[in-house]
Formats: sequence, structure tokens, C-alpha cells
Amino acid sequence: MKGHVWRPLFVVIGLVAAILVFRMFYVPADFGVHDQGYTFGFHRLGNEQEWKQFPEKYKGTEYCNECHDDKVESISKSGHGIIPCEDCHGAAFNHPEDPEKLTVDRSRALCLRCHSELYMPSSQRNDLPGINPKTHNEGMECSECHNPHNPSLEEM
Amino acid sequence: MVEQVAQMVVHGEAWTIKDLFVLPNEYVYWSIQIVLYPYMTGLVAGAFVLSSLYHVFGVEKLKEIARFALVFSFALLPVAMMPLLLHLQQPFRGIHVMMTPHFTSAISAFGIVFLTYACIVASEIWFVYRKFIVESIDRLENKQRRGIESLLLLVYKVISLGARDISPEALESDHKAVKFLAGLGIPVACFLHGYAGFIFGSVKANALWMTPLMPVIFICSAVVSGIALCILCYAIFMWLRRWALKRGKTFFLPEQVAGTMEITDSQLRDMQDYETKMTSKYLLIFMTLAITLELLDIIFRGYTAVKSWDILREVIYEHDFVKIFVLQYGIGNALPFLMLLLPGLTTRRACVASVLVLFGVLMMRWNVVIGGQAFSLSFAGFMHYHLPIIPHDIETFKEGMGGALLVAATPFVIFYFLNMIFPAFYAEDEAH
Amino acid sequence: MKRREFLKKTAVFISGASVSLSALELVDPKEVLAKNPDLRWGFLVNTYKCVGCGMCVKACKIENEIPWDANVTRTWVERYVITKEGKVLADSPKGARDGFTSKLIDRAAEGKELVPDKEIAQAFFVPKLCNHCTLPACVQVCPVGATYSTKDGVVLVDRKWCIGCGYCIMGCPYGVRFFHPVVHTADKCTFCYHRISKGGNTACAQACPFGARRIGNLRDPNDPVAKAVLTERVGILRDEYGTKPNVYYIGLNKEVH
Repeated sequence: MKGHVWRPLFVVIGLVAAILVFRMFYVPADFGVHDQGYTFGFHRLGNEQEWKQFPEKYKGTEYCNECHDDKVESISKSGHGIIPCEDCHGAAFNHPEDPEKLTVDRSRALCLRCHSELYMPSSQRNDLPGINPKTHNEGMECSECHNPHNPSLEEM
Repeated sequence: MVEQVAQMVVHGEAWTIKDLFVLPNEYVYWSIQIVLYPYMTGLVAGAFVLSSLYHVFGVEKLKEIARFALVFSFALLPVAMMPLLLHLQQPFRGIHVMMTPHFTSAISAFGIVFLTYACIVASEIWFVYRKFIVESIDRLENKQRRGIESLLLLVYKVISLGARDISPEALESDHKAVKFLAGLGIPVACFLHGYAGFIFGSVKANALWMTPLMPVIFICSAVVSGIALCILCYAIFMWLRRWALKRGKTFFLPEQVAGTMEITDSQLRDMQDYETKMTSKYLLIFMTLAITLELLDIIFRGYTAVKSWDILREVIYEHDFVKIFVLQYGIGNALPFLMLLLPGLTTRRACVASVLVLFGVLMMRWNVVIGGQAFSLSFAGFMHYHLPIIPHDIETFKEGMGGALLVAATPFVIFYFLNMIFPAFYAEDEAH
Repeated sequence: MKRREFLKKTAVFISGASVSLSALELVDPKEVLAKNPDLRWGFLVNTYKCVGCGMCVKACKIENEIPWDANVTRTWVERYVITKEGKVLADSPKGARDGFTSKLIDRAAEGKELVPDKEIAQAFFVPKLCNHCTLPACVQVCPVGATYSTKDGVVLVDRKWCIGCGYCIMGCPYGVRFFHPVVHTADKCTFCYHRISKGGNTACAQACPFGARRIGNLRDPNDPVAKAVLTERVGILRDEYGTKPNVYYIGLNKEVH
């Protein structure tokens, strides 16, 4: 065999070496096989931290209770006590700094999420008071008659 | 918050129509480019296998077409990568496949297998054309160079890698190397394409794709489509050469060698007829294999009739009936099969059959890729794919008719330039 | 990196033998600890309690910055209506982002269908989210290591490394993955990793007025979710795929998968 036949091989070896050198600089140092092994845990470790730092928007009823304890107290006595404040008042974000005021969703559509009557045997939906949105005061906002914090008309 | 930007482009929404109960996140995520991807790799692999039939197994009948197939395979190679890049949501990160390959994924092999294969084909071309390269350097150095010839000389000098020895012993080494590389190339070509089948076959979440037959089916249909494309392009290029010869021109041959080949129109025609006929026989063999496997797959599914068969049957026999049984099996398989089998095969008939075969394999890819996404994971709904013809944004271009045509046209552009350096129709006496 | 370990694991994978990871645990005590930490997140859905209000979907979209009007979602609620004749109709319009307020069942291209109350044998809601599988198929098929399982069993996507090939979307048997319309990488439920890792609740579970959704530590015997999984009759979705999901359901039906 003549020596020249190896020349393409040298080119290939050079190419592979170039890729490997580039790889050394390109791939982050924390990329590798972590806790769950090669199949399920091959990743950049720093990404876990990035996800942990994702900003929270919903703060929970306890957070609301820190200032609005009177409201939390009053609603807790009604049937709507199980509903977290932010479901209707919107996510708190960094309220009261940003936003200063939350926009309350008073829409009929919001109430209908639970109270549009559907026939759902074998589901708790059937146990909720339901109305037919087409016949029950169509066009009106529910809050015109019902107090969301104390929705039962008998008790008003 | 709620006041988000009104219209968001959800990938896949533009071309997916949902029917009955489809899960909210389900769309035809893998569209035309993923149809073309196995199709193009298939053509690469098939063309290479064809050229290897001559180089490794010494099938002398295929001598003429083998050289063309090799150069054409190299021209197709970069195009096999194109559909993937056009399809990626983050095309600039495509390099990650090489940087941090996760080998439990079939796709991760792409970078490595693809590069290996490219190196093999490039080396093989280098050995096949080394004598020609050295001769060209000598010729160009000793003459008054015009315009592009200086550039050509530079190109030849670089790719010669300084190996100017064309003594008989050196050429003998070249031939040995070609034989070795062509032999090595066959399993790599099969692997390149087999793993494309594995990409689909290993998706356990997809009832239509998941079968161990998938890689084998893909290899067989790859060889079929590759050979068909070579027959077709070879015949067309030969027609062009004959057409040019009559007008005293030398299409597809570099000027400096044009004078060295004394060839008449009838010689060209004989060559053309002989090569297409011989190649067609190999096409028939691989077609039989491919069709058998595909039918085996469908029969097996129907016979075993597991849970997913209900929805698959509806897709195969109702929604996609025309695409599968008329276009793929009928027009794409049975008809060309008969055309090739009937006695008195002419180049023209072989070409028409090849076109049909190419269409049939494309439909097969379509029916696998799109068909596999035609039903919901809920097994209670369907998704219909509508190929975007007129693009209205970059995505509908990339994954629409525009992108598809771009991918289909590129290999011919590359071949045009590649042929200037490595004349695919340049015949010389080779000793292997 | 421990090259030997890598080679060993690759060899195990390539050999195709279904040697479970537990087989490797015996080798190194450190690995045993890593594989059995005292924290493993799991989720419990009580389908009886779900009323289909969709507050969980709304909260998830806002909390996790999934564009409101984009027709993709990290969690969704399905409605199943089974007629007395045994016909099954299911829908999840916009993933139930706005809840279920109409009796009309969305049949997509076929339009809407009304099933009269008297023909309904049973009807219920099933919330869906990522199952954070112990053996996630989506992670196995990622070609670049852009999606992975954390030590505490949460499957995440690295938005800076994902190439957007869509293989994980295809690989997931539950259809929970999609392309984020803004980031343009694969996206999915994170179990609100930013919340639970600070001791909080997931946005969806917190928004649910009925306690139909709960997250908990499956390794803590005193955790209510772990207790329920251990002592009650719970089901999982599509166990035939062998992904070992960690979202457990109370009140599953054969029509749901």
C-alpha cells in the first residue's frame, strides 16, 4: 500500500479532533450525567436552578389573609369559602406593590364555570347548584343579585 | 397575564384539522420535512448501494452508472440534513446533536453516522478521482488558464491533498481503497437509513410506528428509491448528453476532457439502454423485498388486532385508503412492478416506472409519517394534515410546499457544481 | 465523568436487556441513596371531586406563562359522557381553560353534539397533566439531553438547550408536550417546580376549590397523597407503555386512558 492512501484518514482525524476541541469550549461544564443516570439524568445541572427561580404569580389565600383577614374571614363562612381568593381576584403577583390593585373577575362566565347546570352523574358537578344560562336572567351579571362572598339568596 | 398577545402561532396548528376527540396539545408536529427526511436519506443510501454493487461485488454491468451514482449520492448527502434543519424549531442549535449526544435517542446518532458516512463517500470519491485530479492539475498548470480555470486548479490542488503519485502501484492502492470504502459504506449506508426507520419504529407511544420491521422496511424502500432515482437521472443526463452531442456541445463533461473521449451518439444510446436495463433488474429485486415486508407488517397488524387496531383500521382502510392502497401500493408499487417485469423493456418505460416507484416510496414515507399522526392518542379522534401550498409566514414556507421544493431542487444544484470538479460521466479504463 | 459507569450503562442499554436501574443500584451505595432520596413528587387526582370549572387550567396558564390564547396547555380537563347505549363522547374545548359551561359536546370538525340528560348513563371530568414518569419515554428519546428527570422525580425541559426536534412530543404517550409558541422549545408541566421546591403547592392544585388535585411526596408515609396512593384504590393512565407514571387517579373508568 502506498502511503498516500492514509491522507483522507488524516483529514478525518483532524476533523474529529476539531469537533472535540470545539465541544470542550461549547458544552457547559455542568452538563453531564446526574442523579437519574445516563438515560434519564443527562442534562445541564444549572437548568434545575433556572426552573426553581421561575417567578411565582399565585400567592395563595394565606398571603391574602395577611392584610385582608376580614374578607377571608367573611367568605369562609359561606359556601364559597372553599374557593381560593385568586380564582376570582386574579393572581396576586407582587400585589400590593405591583400591581397596586387587582382586577376582580365579576363576569357571568366565571360563575358559570361551576354553576352552569350540566347533567354529570358520577361527578361532584351534579351536587353544585346549577342554572340554565339561557333562561336564568340572561344578560345580567350574577353579582347583581348574588354576593360572591355570600352567594345564598336566603341568607342575604 | 390575561392580556397576552392576541394571536400566537402554535406550531402545527396552521396545517392540522382535528376531528372528534383529540387531546389539546396534539397537532401534526412532524410534517412534510419529516416525510422528506427519510426520503432523502433513502435516496443517498440507495444511490450509494447501487454504486457499491459495482465497486465491491464487481457487477461489471453497472460500471457506467456506478460512477454517476457515487457522485450523485454525494450531491444528495447535504440535502439529507436539510429537512431536519428546516424542521427544527431551533435550527441554530442543531449542532447540539454532536455536542451532547444522548445515545438512548435514535436521533442522536444522526450527527455521528451522518459524518462518518459523509467521510466515507468523500474518501471514496477522492480515490476514484485521484488520477483524474492529478492529471487535471498537470494539464491546467501547463496551459494558459482562462477565468475559472485558475480557481479550478486551486480546488484540485487542495483536494489532491498533495498526493500526486499516479504510478501503477499507487493507482493499485487507490483501487484497493475504493473497494474497502465501498464495502464499509454499505453497512454504514444501511445503518444511516435503518436508524431513520428506528426513529419511527421505536416510538412506543405511536401505534402505527411501533414495529421492529420499521428499520428493515425503511432500508429496503431506501434502496428501491435510490436505484430508481439513479436510473431516472442517469437516463435523463444521457439524453441531455446525446442532445448536446448532436449540436457539438459537451454537456456534463469538463471541456478539457471532452476531446479525450471519442464517443458517438449510437454508442451513448447503447450505453444508456444497457445500463438502465441492467439496473432495472436490481430495482425489481429490492422492490419485491420492500413490498413483501410492508404487506407483512399490515397483515400482521390486522391479524393480531391489538387494542390500537380499531383506530388503525379506520385510518388505513377509511381515511387514508386512497393514499395507501391506490397511490402507494397501486400506482407506486404494483404498476411499475408490472412495467419492469413485462418483456421488451425500453429506457423510456424504465424511466416512467422509476418515476412511479419514486412517487410510491414518497407516498410510503408520507403514509408512515403523516399517517402515524392521523389519529389521536385518545384513540377517539383524528387529525387531518393540510400541506400549506402558499406560505403566509416563515413556518408555512419551511414546512410547506416551498420548503419541500427547495429540498427537492437542491441536490441537482449541488450535482451541477460537483460535476464540474468530479465529472460523473467521465469514463476511463479502471482496473477494478 | 465516570467513564466506566457511562460505558457500563450504555452497554446495558445497547444490549437491549430490560435490566432495571435497580440492578445497577446494588453496585454503589452512593447510587442507592441517589436513586432513593427521601423525596419523590407524586400527584393525586380525584375525578369524583372535579367539577370541570377549569380554574386549574387558567391558573396554570398564568402561573407558567403559557400564552392565554394559544391552543396549547400544560394541563387540561377532559369531559366524558357515556350514554346508556354505551357510546362514549369526550371533549376538552381549549383544554377547559374556560371551564365546561355548555351541555354541547365539542366534536371538533363534526361540530357540537347534544346528548339529552335522560340518555346519559354516567358523565365525569378527568384532569390531565404530565405524569412525571419514573421511566419517562420523552426523556429517553431526547437526542441532546435537553429534557431530564431531577433527583426528586420531576421531568423538566432545558429551554436553552432544546433544539426543537419534537421527538419528545412524539415519544410521550400522554400528549402532554407541545412547542411553546414564544420560546419555541418543547414545553410541559413542571409540577410547578419553582413553587414546590420552596415548599409551596402547584398552581393548579392551589386553584382547585374542591381539592381534586393534590401534590405530595410519595416517599413520606405521612404525606396525604402517599397515604392515599398506598391505602386507596387508585389507577394510573396507560400503564401498558411501561413508563411508570406518578400521577394517580381515584375513580378512573375504562373509557379513560
